[in-house]
Amino acid sequence: MTRVFVSRDIFSVVLGANAVAAAFAPHATVVRTGSRGMVWLEPLVEVETPTGRIAYGPVTLADVPAILAGTAPSLGLTDEIPFMKRQTRVTFARCGVVDPFSLADYEAHGGLAALRKARELGAAATIDLVLKSGLRGRGGAGFPTGIKWKTTADADGDRKYIVCNADEGDSGTFADRMLMEGDPFSLIEGMAIAGFCVGATKGYVYTRSEYPHAIATFDTALAVARRAGVLGNDFDIEQRVGAGAYVCGEETALLESLEGKRGQVRAKPPLPAHKGLFGCPTVVNNVITLATVPAILTGGAEAYQALGIGRSRGTMPVQLAGNVKHGGLFEAGFGVSLGELVIDIGGGTLSGRPVRAVQVGGPLGAYFPPSLFDTPFDYEAFAARDGLVGHGGIVVFDDTVDLARQARFAMEFCAVESCGKCTPCRIGSTRGMETIDKIAAGEKVAANTELLRDLCHTLKFGSLCALGGFIPYPVLSALDHFPEDFLNPQGIAAE
Amino acid sequence: MAVYEPWNEARAAEIIASQAGLEGAALPILHALQHAFGCVPTEAVPTVAKVLNLTRAEVHGIVTFYHEFRRTPPGRHVLRLCRAEACQAVGADKVAADVRANLGVDWHGTTSDGAVTLEPVFCLGLCAVGPAALLDGAPLGRLDAATVAAALETAP
Repeated sequence: MTRVFVSRDIFSVVLGANAVAAAFAPHATVVRTGSRGMVWLEPLVEVETPTGRIAYGPVTLADVPAILAGTAPSLGLTDEIPFMKRQTRVTFARCGVVDPFSLADYEAHGGLAALRKARELGAAATIDLVLKSGLRGRGGAGFPTGIKWKTTADADGDRKYIVCNADEGDSGTFADRMLMEGDPFSLIEGMAIAGFCVGATKGYVYTRSEYPHAIATFDTALAVARRAGVLGNDFDIEQRVGAGAYVCGEETALLESLEGKRGQVRAKPPLPAHKGLFGCPTVVNNVITLATVPAILTGGAEAYQALGIGRSRGTMPVQLAGNVKHGGLFEAGFGVSLGELVIDIGGGTLSGRPVRAVQVGGPLGAYFPPSLFDTPFDYEAFAARDGLVGHGGIVVFDDTVDLARQARFAMEFCAVESCGKCTPCRIGSTRGMETIDKIAAGEKVAANTELLRDLCHTLKFGSLCALGGFIPYPVLSALDHFPEDFLNPQGIAAE
Repeated sequence: MAVYEPWNEARAAEIIASQAGLEGAALPILHALQHAFGCVPTEAVPTVAKVLNLTRAEVHGIVTFYHEFRRTPPGRHVLRLCRAEACQAVGADKVAADVRANLGVDWHGTTSDGAVTLEPVFCLGLCAVGPAALLDGAPLGRLDAATVAAALETAP
């Protein structure tokens, strides 16, 4: 029977993929994969042909007979769709292609070769390779992964841990989730390599509870890997589930939570690489960071390093979200301009209205107007313009957005999610919300704006972690780039 | 619709014991309790404290820190509506306002007939199909007030 591929990613499920898959099942061999990342085309159906997979989408139940008969209008070969063709898929090369639960499929697509290679090279040479690739932490902080691994490897300790941060709380990001649902073995292999390199025998994946589908998928993949002996001999992984605290995406709060405590931030030093989980040397890496390591080992550090610009090497899975026509996941070498991503690739807004602002890097990221669309996707270039790349999420807003309201939301979010350990974040966020309300109400606008800027300065430099430290980015960028929104007394309605 | 067990001390002790051997067992224990009882019952706190060698105050501190742990069971259905930026960009604020008005509850509230508990959530990773929600754990996307009402109507 013809093989037909239908994604089981939650994006696709929301848009009806399960019913579509069920309709194909009596007539074809249906393989459930991850998503290719073209969310506006989901449910995307791919039919295997001698020349490659032919794509159809978005598919409704009524389209099924025509697709089976070969008379339905297709999108052509999946790999030739412009959105796919423009990408450099390294981390997500297998996502949407393989069955996430089939280890045989994973190996047929190059899986597990990196783990064998690491064992041949030895720990020190493998760490050196990761260092040479220029890979930096994809969770947002952008710290060189090789240095983190080397520090943990060199630290003294009877027990060491690999902790994977899958607490992907930033709005507009879903790369971790898509990878865990579409190619979970690459994360498992990356963690096993990290464990081998630093001498850890146990790994934890801390997944947010808002991802029930990813949690179930990853647990199944862990069981498959354990049965096949990939896990369970010298290294094993356990998944733990968060409980709805955004701050637990901060690495030290995450460690506290894993230890069974309130998810409050720790002061650094000591670094987790020296004293991390239960006081033991610990590597804490994001899902994408760890899942990219196998591809670097098999493809070579030089090849990965050759992609990107400046100090941002390799590829970034960019997530196009919010009011965007072509939403989804687009992996490319660093250096693509923001405007290219939003307009050319994302297709502008879903509503068809002009783009007014984009927020890059989650709730702690800056709002950029189209006048900054020449900014290349690069850690340093964004920092130079008082923004951040973060975890690579871009949320698009049309011209109906009110940036004073967004600034207030940033402060409100910080107030709700603050762990309470440091004063600037715990109290400053609430005072910030009140001050923005006063500005919006037209009360001493100049003085209160000055006060808000001063408060942001305190938050930026006085907070213990990035939650309080970065919340000034959305607030100040709204003030700087969209001052007119703070002059309209009707512009903001406090809920 | 989730069906929860009535409070039973022996059952709670059994659930707690089943997770107690894990490293950093607090969250797995609390999740398991909530899965069974629909919340972390106050009556269970002393046993959790004893097993983890913590004070009751410390366990209380953990339970109340995390948004997801409840102190009382929710309504028959739990609707977790996303309030984060990507959903805001496609009209989540209006959906939320309409849903609250239609249900006659505010955030964290349960309708007077006990049918629906409304919870805010900050991001479900469904940012390209917003406004999004989880209804009893099942994902919903591209929502408006009418589709939310229809989903609640047909929820098992």
